[in-house]
Amino acid sequence: MRSIWHDSNKIILMVVMGLLLLILGIIIFLPLIEILQKSFYAHAGSFVFLDNFIAYLREPRALSLIYNSLFISCVVTIIIVPIAFIFAYALMRSCLPFKPLFRYLALIPLLAPSLLPAISFVYLFGNQGMLKSWMGDGSIYGVWGIVLGECFYVFPHVLMILLSALSLSDARLYEAAQSMGANGVKKFFTITLPSVKYGLVSAVLVSFTLVITDFGVPKVIGGDFAVLATEIYKQVIGQQNFELGATVGVLLLIPSVITFIADGIVQKKQKSVLGAKFVLYKPKPSGLFDNIMLLFSSTVVGLLLMILSVSIFASFMKFWPYDLSLVLKHYDFNSMDGGGWDSYFNSIRLAFWSAFLGTILVFVTAYVVERGKVLSSLRSIIKFLALLPMAVPGLVLGLGYIFFFNNPQNPLHGIYQSMAILVACTIAHFFTTSYITAVTTIKQIDQEFDDVAESMGIAFYKTFFKVTVPIAIPSILEIGRYFFVNAMTTVSAVVFLYAPQTTLASVAVLNMDDAGDISSAAAMSSLIVATSVGVTLLFNFVSHYLVFATQKWRKS
Amino acid sequence: MLENAITITNVTKRFDDFVALQEINLEVKKGELVCFLGPSGCGKTTLLRIIAGLEECDKGEIIQHGKVITHLPPSKRDYGIVFQSYALFPNLSVAKNIGYGLKKQDIEKKAAKKRVKELLALVGLSGSEEKYPSELSGGQQQRVAFARAIATNPSLLLLDEPLSALDARVREHLRQEIRELQKNLGITTIMVTHDQEEALSIADKIVVMNHGIIEQIGTPLEIYHHPNSLFVADFIGKINLLSAVYKGSGYFQVGQLRFKVDILPTNEPSLEKKIKLLVRPEDIKLHYETYEEVNIIEGDVLKVTFLGSFCRVLMSVRGLLKDSLLIDLPHKALVKGTIQEGSLLKLCIAPSDVCYFMDEENA
Repeated sequence: MRSIWHDSNKIILMVVMGLLLLILGIIIFLPLIEILQKSFYAHAGSFVFLDNFIAYLREPRALSLIYNSLFISCVVTIIIVPIAFIFAYALMRSCLPFKPLFRYLALIPLLAPSLLPAISFVYLFGNQGMLKSWMGDGSIYGVWGIVLGECFYVFPHVLMILLSALSLSDARLYEAAQSMGANGVKKFFTITLPSVKYGLVSAVLVSFTLVITDFGVPKVIGGDFAVLATEIYKQVIGQQNFELGATVGVLLLIPSVITFIADGIVQKKQKSVLGAKFVLYKPKPSGLFDNIMLLFSSTVVGLLLMILSVSIFASFMKFWPYDLSLVLKHYDFNSMDGGGWDSYFNSIRLAFWSAFLGTILVFVTAYVVERGKVLSSLRSIIKFLALLPMAVPGLVLGLGYIFFFNNPQNPLHGIYQSMAILVACTIAHFFTTSYITAVTTIKQIDQEFDDVAESMGIAFYKTFFKVTVPIAIPSILEIGRYFFVNAMTTVSAVVFLYAPQTTLASVAVLNMDDAGDISSAAAMSSLIVATSVGVTLLFNFVSHYLVFATQKWRKS
Repeated sequence: MLENAITITNVTKRFDDFVALQEINLEVKKGELVCFLGPSGCGKTTLLRIIAGLEECDKGEIIQHGKVITHLPPSKRDYGIVFQSYALFPNLSVAKNIGYGLKKQDIEKKAAKKRVKELLALVGLSGSEEKYPSELSGGQQQRVAFARAIATNPSLLLLDEPLSALDARVREHLRQEIRELQKNLGITTIMVTHDQEEALSIADKIVVMNHGIIEQIGTPLEIYHHPNSLFVADFIGKINLLSAVYKGSGYFQVGQLRFKVDILPTNEPSLEKKIKLLVRPEDIKLHYETYEEVNIIEGDVLKVTFLGSFCRVLMSVRGLLKDSLLIDLPHKALVKGTIQEGSLLKLCIAPSDVCYFMDEENA
């Protein structure tokens, strides 16, 4: 009845959708199916359903791992959410000076591998730490090292959620409250807190999930204190016990999936809070409050920068902390374990290809899901696949890739141990956040542009390139930057997938640290941070330049 | 008889459980300006989008100039469209926006350039070729959108609330301009609007819609003076509504009063039937200004509202228990100082000015 086949535009669109489905299916869906399957099968290959889990949970060691993981995640969440909240509050609700600077500096941990704070804490409080005496009889290796390192690592993630939650407040509510004589405390508890409650829930869940699935920090500074994430690593890399790795991996999937679902609910509720006519809240100067906020924010940023710079400085010291003369010998990676300078250049290649291909894939996916007018059921499936990676910790994804691609019967077996599999895995791992950015941007672009163009007989893909992409350029660049930086810093998924000829910088950090070569680990971390900062500045520069060059039509 | 530009037969559209359009039948003659008028959610925009091919109908058929276009994609149809948001491409100059659809139709670039120039002159924006949409005012953007829509010489122009984003003065001016351009070009035009004044002032034909059905199709005069449903009467202009009972020979009992109404022989109510009578406020006259012998009523002024060119007076009428009446009176009546709160007025209503509807709710 419907004459789809008479309409070349729809055919093109359907071919694109088919391709997307194929690609996303391979890089996201099938590896996940594979790991779920593995966790439900015994070593011999017979279906045992939950037996693997039950058997695992019977071990006393398993219970202590789970307890440890939960404990660390809770403690970090309890510490970091209030700190991030106050920081976000200072940025959004006080007249703090240099706000953009504070914001950029607070997000700096995003540019570092999660191993870096752990290395810094080892330098500060470790066996040869500068401030070891502060620890008294205690040791940084274990709970407190992990907690401190994780706080550094999750702070910017939590902060971003709370910043966007706090930006949603409607100024008119505050004016109405003020006119009714409400004081600051009352306004905070009756307007501010209710309006950010969904954001707070999100922040707590994200913090919890990030900590429980991270293995970089506990690996470096955890000492004997084992958690689930390090256990997977040990089982798979150390003992080649893939089945047990899969079982533990699926356990880690549980909190991630809960967070994912809860976040979906929270997002829906958050939308209804926003009215159509919305007046942005502008804080008024208030001496004492602003000064307290300045002191607080400076302290937080100061600590972040200090943790970051300890590793950087130490990487140039001859022998921390005893001989502080400046040397470059720790950067002579070729003479150490971990793959040498090649691993750094491999990382650059990985980051480049992930950014290039990932951005195209993400933007096209978002466009098709939002604007493709055919086969809405297929669009829903693509959308589901695009959102799925958010619910999957990197370790689990990496394991899934091993199971899926290392199977000799898989026609794609050839890409195993190549750069291609690392690129695919990295794109899949960081797909959802980029996808959401792209969707937000495309939603802001009037649907009627497409309608008008179509009515003039211009094919949708021409309008896509002539109108949609130029308008969305800043956000496309941001997606590219996000992929690049994350590809540089990530360890969790790729640690299972690199081969001798495709060692990566972030993995090299891990291996150097493992080999006891902490100075080189710090040096490589510093190099990663420097690259991420450089790339971020470059992307921002290009973006600003393009916005400037097109400001004639961009001004609203 | 004029040729049909668009013929719509039995068009039905559902969104899940919601029936957006039900069995729509409509003819648009060549060169006509037709307004789809109705409250939001009545289906008027959906109908326009179905004609444009931006939505597909579930049932029914659309014929344009004798050709069935029901399932054609928008690109294969012959029309231009202007949206409420104008949808001007922000990153393209005015000239490129207008020329966007010209592409290979004009083999020479020169021809396209000339056409753009022509169109800009037509909408009074000569010399704005290189400007970007953001550099234009709302009214100017609207003109560019209009020029872009007619650039390819379509035989049909679709306007989706093209004026509602503008402020009142610009809107009034532009709608007359659109009407003139449309007449000069002789282009068949369908305009969606929720503004009754807009529809009344420029349409050849108004299609009043509500809840996915067409309530009435007619000229502005027909719609205003002979609404064929309570909804239409209420939606267009102000009305007074009175509950009445039919007593035969054109007489209705309203409270303790009797009204004489011109009855259509084809639509005479049965005796004792409950009826709603409808009178427009401007059709109620001061008695000393007319020579009417029937439908004379007396009442006390409750409130006088000054509305610029006229005054709206709220009255309680003697003999009517609960119903009060709204009456629009010209200024001069007030200037004499005879009308203020509490004054007694003697009014009359011509039998031809009263409409009647069967009272569905209280039947």
